[in-house]
Amino acid sequence: MRRITALLLMMMLMPPVCANEAVPAAQDPALEQRVMRLTAELRCLVCQNQSLADSHADLAIDLKNQVRSQMRAGKSDAEIREYMVARYGDFVLYRPPLKPTTALLWTGPFVLLVAGGLALAFYLRRRRERLTQIELTPEQRARAEILLRAQQQDRSR
Amino acid sequence: MRRFFLPLGIFLVLSVFLAAGLKLDPREVPSPLIDKPAPSFQLAQLQDSRKTLAPADLKGKVWIFNVWASWCVACLQEHPLLVELSRQNLVPIYGLNYKDGRDNALAWLHRHGNPYTLSAMDADGQVGIDYGVYGVPETYVIDKDGVIRFKQIGPVTPKVLEQKILPLVRKLQG
Amino acid sequence: MIPELGQFALIVALCIALAQAVLPIAGAARGDVAWMNVARPAAQGQFVFIAIAFGCLAWSFVNNDFSVLNVVNNSNSSLPWYYRFAATWGSHEGSLLLWVLMLTGWMLAVTLFSRHLPLEMVSRILGVMALISVGFLLFMLLTSNPFERLLPAAADGRDLNPLLQDPGMVIHPPMLYMGYVGFSVAFSFAVAALLGGQLDATWARWSRPWTTMAWVFLTIGIALGSWWAYYELGWGGWWFWDPVENASFMPWLLGTALIHSLAVTEKRGGFKVWTVLLAITTFSLSLLGTFLVRSGVLTSVHAFATDPARGVFILGFLVLVIGASLTLFAWRAPRVGLGGRFDFVSRESALLANNLLLIVAAASVLLGTLYPLFLDALGLGKISVGPPYFDSVFVPLMAPAIFLMGVGPLAKWKRAELPDLAQRLKWAFAVALFTALLLPFTLGKWTPMIAFGLLLALWVAVSGVVNLRQRVAQLRADNGLGTGALLKGLPRGYYGMLLAHAGVAVFIAGVTMVKGYEVEKDVRMQAGDTVGVGAYTFRLDGFVQVPGPNYEATRGLVTVLKNGKPVRTMFPEKRMYHVQQMPMTEAAIDAGFTRDLYVSLGEPVGNDAWVVRIYHKPFVDWIWGGAFLMALGGVLAITDRRYRLARTIEREAAGAVSAVTA
Repeated sequence: MRRITALLLMMMLMPPVCANEAVPAAQDPALEQRVMRLTAELRCLVCQNQSLADSHADLAIDLKNQVRSQMRAGKSDAEIREYMVARYGDFVLYRPPLKPTTALLWTGPFVLLVAGGLALAFYLRRRRERLTQIELTPEQRARAEILLRAQQQDRSR
Repeated sequence: MRRFFLPLGIFLVLSVFLAAGLKLDPREVPSPLIDKPAPSFQLAQLQDSRKTLAPADLKGKVWIFNVWASWCVACLQEHPLLVELSRQNLVPIYGLNYKDGRDNALAWLHRHGNPYTLSAMDADGQVGIDYGVYGVPETYVIDKDGVIRFKQIGPVTPKVLEQKILPLVRKLQG
Repeated sequence: MIPELGQFALIVALCIALAQAVLPIAGAARGDVAWMNVARPAAQGQFVFIAIAFGCLAWSFVNNDFSVLNVVNNSNSSLPWYYRFAATWGSHEGSLLLWVLMLTGWMLAVTLFSRHLPLEMVSRILGVMALISVGFLLFMLLTSNPFERLLPAAADGRDLNPLLQDPGMVIHPPMLYMGYVGFSVAFSFAVAALLGGQLDATWARWSRPWTTMAWVFLTIGIALGSWWAYYELGWGGWWFWDPVENASFMPWLLGTALIHSLAVTEKRGGFKVWTVLLAITTFSLSLLGTFLVRSGVLTSVHAFATDPARGVFILGFLVLVIGASLTLFAWRAPRVGLGGRFDFVSRESALLANNLLLIVAAASVLLGTLYPLFLDALGLGKISVGPPYFDSVFVPLMAPAIFLMGVGPLAKWKRAELPDLAQRLKWAFAVALFTALLLPFTLGKWTPMIAFGLLLALWVAVSGVVNLRQRVAQLRADNGLGTGALLKGLPRGYYGMLLAHAGVAVFIAGVTMVKGYEVEKDVRMQAGDTVGVGAYTFRLDGFVQVPGPNYEATRGLVTVLKNGKPVRTMFPEKRMYHVQQMPMTEAAIDAGFTRDLYVSLGEPVGNDAWVVRIYHKPFVDWIWGGAFLMALGGVLAITDRRYRLARTIEREAAGAVSAVTA
């Protein structure tokens, strides 16, 4: 009797599913989204450059399952990443960790931008000084006028 | 006007790296487990499923841990070497049968020879993941304290055996 | 017979290339007209023989000649003829032949459209191009011969990779190579100018249409590659920062800096050193890309299967060509001289800042792509650098450049007043900001990234409108004509710029919308099941088995309903290709101006049910639409009156010469 009550209770508590409504492929779509987000940043080790999320390789599927079960067990993203790195090294992360060896990688672009900007500013200032010394001689100026007038006539033709 | 040589300088440095890169394998994933304790496990043995195998059982001796499977084509390349090695009795070889079926695995060993003192059955590949296995075959050298000292990715070649594995084994054995 | 003929043609082409590389350049240095005159006929001859070689290879493919190793490795008799033809460039060897074909094609174009250039210049340009050709031909003949025989002949071939059996394969590589190789013309112009010592506005004017054309092709090539990945790979992604994708993107970034720099050199005589350096480095990155894809130094889904021996050859070639040209640059650049002066706030400085940003962006992509190699070579461990890195570095670098895109065209040459600019643009900025902040609310979701992306896109668009209005107003003040006449009077180059910049705005809008509002549903479906995505309902009606020419497909029949009424049927397929036994997902896409509906089959589960992935991707086609607009803008710029006028002058000059000699 108790079993039938339990069964009836379960049936009542289950959300009504239309006969035709497609069931999500994953048991828990919200969890699945989280799995996909994390595995998109993890590298498939047997592929030619694909993320775990996109790969259909056996190992990739195994690792995705591993990620899923760990998430269900309540592990955080950081803990799962550590798990992977402990076994496969930094290679498995598509987002390189910030370490002394990757300092150049992460700061490089902005250092380059700032250094380039400063170099450019200095150069421009020096250039201005150099250019103010260059002036046309009267003959050069006269020649320029003649050439410009000729070009003007050309254009209006 | 020396600054105009900067692009050339940068390019030459770059070429040195590119040249170095030609000798490297971008797909090889070195193991972070070197010099770390071998991950523990307790798996059923291939030959006798009532018994188990664990790294703890093997403390006190140097041993080779070889990951293999009956469906693995590259394993056939190294297998004769392992069989020969096992005959020399220099160091025990233990196997990890990775994501395989028992019958297939036993049949394969029967056909090609069995170099393994014992083989553990890792049917779901979980132990493989713990050991950072990504491409079968892979081979580890583990010392008396249960610490991984070397990992070979891909088939063991005579060169690797002579130049890396055996010298290391001798050193670890004292 | 035919393959031997092809190989012989390659050898003849090599001999011609050697002559073309040595004689014209030496002739230009010595003033020897006879030697210089070798250049044009040699280039045309090279084209003929390479075309013959290419034709022979293509013939071998289309006619299933399985005694040719390349055909065996990349084709199959059950492959449809158009893919057999495309398989000609589906391999490392074949694609090299395509590369050289494109190179000689551009050489031919140079011979035809260079009547107005002095003979020394043309000789040097064609000579430098021939040097490159020699390198590639030697590479082919010594290490990567497409005509290598397989004896005894195989019964059939290993088939073309199913991923490549697609219309995208037919056009993407040729377009891309036209771009890559096209920058060799800009490169040759630069080297020729350095050799000859003439580097001025005239040189820039000659060089510009060629460079822009190469840029147009590269833009189209990259966009096609991205679109192809989107519909072919089955999961709706369109850019992965894969090393080979980066190898094409870096020349594009530098090429963009180059065409902007050329504008300054042509109009103001400035930035000459920058322009020459950019021309050299853009093509150098093209060559570097060639190396990266074929040497095995980086892992990529696009990489050809090669051995390090080939890598050594290409690297040697690279060091020779790039090293020599950069040495020439270092030697001759000091003599180039400066252009006009310009203020700290001026169009020149805006373009200079633009150059800097694009160069730093390209350098960052290079850094990220090669960093794993750096660390590995130094023994410092193995890391991966993927999309998370590139996305977080690239966007902040590009944002200021996008901002400048609104300011630059409005700034005056030589001296612009900052308060004046601010005055003109503050309304544009306000409108863009206001709309960008409010629009996401109406669309259902607000995030900072969406607002920022919309702000960038709107900023470019609105400032473009401001620019046009100002230009027309100024002309009206000067000429007093009607608006229609004024608009017609504006040079095509100007419209080209507006259109290309509009393309950028469209692109950014597309990326922002798709990343911000895309909806994905993974569901298990049986016949009769429905699922709602956005305003649409998808109903699976059933499955059929469909045999293809070289595959077997399971095709799903999906009806799309909107408000209960069927609007579309879609047919996603899962194909199994016989020869390579590879399963392929053929997504069904309903493309629309404001959204794509994307349905792909996952795996079968249980009985008669499949996992189906359904995406609603708003404005995703704006990504490639924007790129197309950019390319169109470039084409408009090339067809500007001054270049056509140049041809008229050429014709008149030629006519005058013939009248005199008659």
